[in-house]
Amino acid sequence: MRLLTHNMLSSNIKGVTNGFPLALEVTKLVTKPVDFNPDFLKNMLLKVEWKALVEASRAMGYAELPEQTEPSMVESEEFLRKFHHALLELHLEEGSLVCPQTGRKFPVCKGIPNMLLHEDEV
Amino acid sequence: MSSRPEIQAPPEIFYNDDEARKYTSSSRIIEIQAKLSERALELLALPEDGVPRLLLDIGCGSGLSGETLTESGHQWVGLDISQSMLDVAVEREVEGDLILGDMGQGLALRPGVVDGAISISAVQWLCNADKSSHDPRKRLKAFFESLYRSLSRGARAVLQVYPENVAQRELILSFAMRAGFAGGIVVDYPHSSKSRKEYLVLTCGPPSLSSATPQGIGEDADCSNDESSEDEENQAVCVSDRHRPRKKQKLNKKTKGRQWVLKKKEQMRKKGNAVPPDSRYTARKRKDHF
Repeated sequence: MRLLTHNMLSSNIKGVTNGFPLALEVTKLVTKPVDFNPDFLKNMLLKVEWKALVEASRAMGYAELPEQTEPSMVESEEFLRKFHHALLELHLEEGSLVCPQTGRKFPVCKGIPNMLLHEDEV
Repeated sequence: MSSRPEIQAPPEIFYNDDEARKYTSSSRIIEIQAKLSERALELLALPEDGVPRLLLDIGCGSGLSGETLTESGHQWVGLDISQSMLDVAVEREVEGDLILGDMGQGLALRPGVVDGAISISAVQWLCNADKSSHDPRKRLKAFFESLYRSLSRGARAVLQVYPENVAQRELILSFAMRAGFAGGIVVDYPHSSKSRKEYLVLTCGPPSLSSATPQGIGEDADCSNDESSEDEENQAVCVSDRHRPRKKQKLNKKTKGRQWVLKKKEQMRKKGNAVPPDSRYTARKRKDHF
């Protein structure tokens, strides 16, 4: 699972009002190279919750992302490369996602998060 | 369609290891899936500016439909309820991310993040109640509401469905409309029973020119008439014979007659079968019993 997906996932357990962002518990991570595409990144920069991405990338052991973004940074390839690496190349292979409100753990196995809810959580 | 997988078992059980492997090793299924997802992508009508979009594939299975998305350069996230199908997808090293989840529980996504959603032959599963806790209406509602939330404004969702009957199609569509979607059903090849395919083309946001439902392939200009006349046919009420006057019923009744019976009996005799002898009672109607 890439951090791109992590940045979109939110816990949808019944009664949870703020299920974003899910905390990361990393057991195993892998890095897979992906083609660099600045257009996609510029498009995604508007959608990504930056703070959640920075925290998630730190949990994955990558601390190169700046705390804040500015519109001018889009032009810097160095910044885009870092963003690209954090967003698309870091994969969480084994571990779990933790709901911020209830502490419920969603296990991640072979890179696939299990978001199935129990009957009493729907 | 006699062997609908929907009536055999719940999806997470029907698509077990065997079925998942079968699904992905059959070149026929791969071809159909690729064609369906190409058409879905076409109906999605993403702006052609070469910028990759973030798409959602609902019921991605082993990632056959996702491959089409990757080929056209988009990033995608797939959701499926069958672990076995996702395992095959991991083996095939698909480009998109995979999530194990149940669309009937609502999509666990942040609002407004997805640029478009496709779904190939998946949504009709929601009409089944596979567990005692399942209520198709609640599950359809949860699915469409969460889909509406997660799509960005003006984004489209193209859901290819195999509804079992008219009622099921109407049910799915009505819940989509209730969630706030604009759009309708596009039918490709409406005159063919085999290659007929239905797509729900839904647009997030108020109806506008861009949200007008596109034309299906292989249909004439009067396709909408065709659609409605077909519905009428299905809903037409049969006039029961017993409400007709007795006399008319008698007149309309055509029996084969004595001559015909004698001819048949003769034929059977020639074949060597045991046939009762002809008499004045042959081919006579039995007395009415009360």
